[in-house]
Amino acid sequence: MKVIANYLIGVVFGVGISISGMANPAKVLNFFDIAGTWDPSLIFVMGGALVTTFVGYKLVFGLKAPIFEDGFSLPTSRMIDAKLVGGSAVFGIGWGIAGFCPGGALPALGTGRWEVFAFVAALLCGIFLAKFIQSTTAGRSAAAP
Amino acid sequence: MFETAFTPWASLAGGVLIGVASTLLMLFVGRVMGATGVLAGMFQPSSGSDFAWRAALLAGMATGPAIVWLLSGEMPAVDVPISAIALVIGGLVVGVGVTFGSGCTSGHGVCGMARLSPRSIVATLTFMAFTFATVFIIRHVIGA
Repeated sequence: MKVIANYLIGVVFGVGISISGMANPAKVLNFFDIAGTWDPSLIFVMGGALVTTFVGYKLVFGLKAPIFEDGFSLPTSRMIDAKLVGGSAVFGIGWGIAGFCPGGALPALGTGRWEVFAFVAALLCGIFLAKFIQSTTAGRSAAAP
Repeated sequence: MFETAFTPWASLAGGVLIGVASTLLMLFVGRVMGATGVLAGMFQPSSGSDFAWRAALLAGMATGPAIVWLLSGEMPAVDVPISAIALVIGGLVVGVGVTFGSGCTSGHGVCGMARLSPRSIVATLTFMAFTFATVFIIRHVIGA
């Protein structure tokens, strides 16, 4: 049941990403190119996703626990540090180079395009590299949520 | 570099579906829909069932384009206006950044912002600013 529910949730996410334009690097990069071939579509993706999730979470957090688990597993860290800001800055640079973010690329794998597989392979290498660096800097190896 | 059509309705509908999926994931398994976290966690799962829900979610995501194709007769467009080398470098840089930054557009930008998490608001403002700057530099300063 849990696996089927997760699969279907993934389908909803994948269809959403697909029709939103987030799986299309040309569209993503054009959103960020206000000085050039600007395409403001992604404001509508962000707005629609944010408002829906905000309202949805309000309703869900009224419950004691999620349907399949004993409790909610929410990120607990509240620290705004150099790692958060620096990592986010680096992510922004990569997103500006490639036009794919992880949430856009994973559903796009389903199009079968080699470019998406190349990006995701590189993405995984980057994740493993960063995890390796984090594990070698002893004592403060916080994992991504 | 090429123009893309302004698609407010499709993008809004897509955004709403992303929000619905994020809400449903919280309702069923009590977790934020962060693509980075779901993917990275699959390679160090805490249990067999932890691996299973992540794999099922990712498999569902990758089914999305086929559903769109079945309903509309067209695969979603994936236009890559950059070289393969730039694509791979971008992928590496994104992987490093989202790991140190603990999240990406879905985790921080949608789910974290929707929880009004100060960390996610800072992260989102930071990566958006750096993406704008990077695209400006690549397209208008370097002129690639």
